[in-house]
Amino acid sequence: MGNMKLTLKVWRQNGPNDKGRIVDYPVNDVSEDMSFLEMLDVLNDDLVRKGEDPIAFDHDCREGICGMCSLFINGEAHGPGRGITTCQLHMRKFKDGDTIYVEPWRSTAFPVIKDLATNRSAFDRIQAAGGFVSVNTSGNLVDGNAVPIPKDDADKAFDAATCIGCGACVATCPNGSAMLFTAAKVSQLSLLPQGKPEAKRRALAMVEQMDKEGFGNCSNTGACEVECPKGISLEHIARLNREYLAAVVTQE
Amino acid sequence: MARSALLGSSLAKKYWMALTGLFLVLFLFAHLAGNLQLLDMSPEGQLKFNAYAKFMTSFPVVKAISYLLYLSILFHAFDGFLLAIQNRKARPVRYARENAGANRSWASSNMALLGTLILVFLVIHMKRFWYEMHWGELGLDADGNKDLYTVVAAAFSELWYVVLYVVMMGVLAFHLLHGFQSAFQSLGLNHPKYTPAIKNIGVFIAVVLPVFFALIPVWMFVNR
Repeated sequence: MGNMKLTLKVWRQNGPNDKGRIVDYPVNDVSEDMSFLEMLDVLNDDLVRKGEDPIAFDHDCREGICGMCSLFINGEAHGPGRGITTCQLHMRKFKDGDTIYVEPWRSTAFPVIKDLATNRSAFDRIQAAGGFVSVNTSGNLVDGNAVPIPKDDADKAFDAATCIGCGACVATCPNGSAMLFTAAKVSQLSLLPQGKPEAKRRALAMVEQMDKEGFGNCSNTGACEVECPKGISLEHIARLNREYLAAVVTQE
Repeated sequence: MARSALLGSSLAKKYWMALTGLFLVLFLFAHLAGNLQLLDMSPEGQLKFNAYAKFMTSFPVVKAISYLLYLSILFHAFDGFLLAIQNRKARPVRYARENAGANRSWASSNMALLGTLILVFLVIHMKRFWYEMHWGELGLDADGNKDLYTVVAAAFSELWYVVLYVVMMGVLAFHLLHGFQSAFQSLGLNHPKYTPAIKNIGVFIAVVLPVFFALIPVWMFVNR
């Protein structure tokens, strides 16, 4: 085991209707090679041994590709460091004696389930509202690879598609806006020929759902782009702004 | 879906914010061009300024644009207010610790505060000049025009007003610093070739406009 001593200030909340509060936890013997989640595992192990309720937090793949882990660490989504999720954050980013705030994503649309775990199904509903391509399965399907697509467009669509839907953009945004997520999900389809026929309907439907969920309004602070573990660009937000404007103006 | 069209949706509010904002930037240029005449404090300069003020308040085209301007100011303020309320509602529980400096500029996350300050200043500013020009008891100059120059000179001989004016130009600078380039992004005008230029022009405008505006009261105070 390591030799760092830290003080964690962790948000504890028994359930969606509990008021919640910050609780201090001293953690000793933290190794700088641990990931942030492993450090929490050690703390939870300790809590369970003492007969206390362990801290609830989301996690799954622990290799930065599933989008399940979250945590607002010391005032930043996924903690300090760029282009990483919380599971990829290592304790070497902190110093012995540090005090670390650990809070859940804060958003009306992401209600707390328990402690640090939030319900991010609002993202699923935005996706379901229009983030798809309708495929005719009548038997004369065209091979996707037979459709020529400029390399640059394919790359941009792929860049957008790397969004893992973790919600760091919403958590970071001072307005709690979900524009970076929605823009990425619109862009990954609208840049490709297969996504074009439904582009207008998609932009309208996904923005409408986004507004319904109670996310805030984008004010172009650019904070989401900085904190996004996948480096999704603000260019995608501009693309959504363009597509929505064109769709609103020309819709019948 | 039609209801969410050009007024209701979050994006529509941003389009209107951008369009009215850019129009107000254009207006600031015209306003500054007029104000710079105040630097000529000679008797002829004063007459010229009063004649210009008369033209700006009577020429029909200018009058028509001025109504569009009042509407834009009110709408920009109202829309901004609405956006700010919705944004607060989107995060009912604040973070205990938030490292805003790590990922965004100070101006970008304080647009509502900066805008409110500008609105308060606008009320004071318009009461002092615009209201006086339209409905105040102004003396006439040698050419028989309303003597707005004397009203301006009187205002800019008061230290507190000059200080307030200069400070508010600083506030305007920060508002423009984020606002100008943000308007383009809101309208979807983002392109790797042009966006860097737009951002640079935004910084240029945010520095040059307020500095020249602030120069006038300082100049008139010093040479009073």
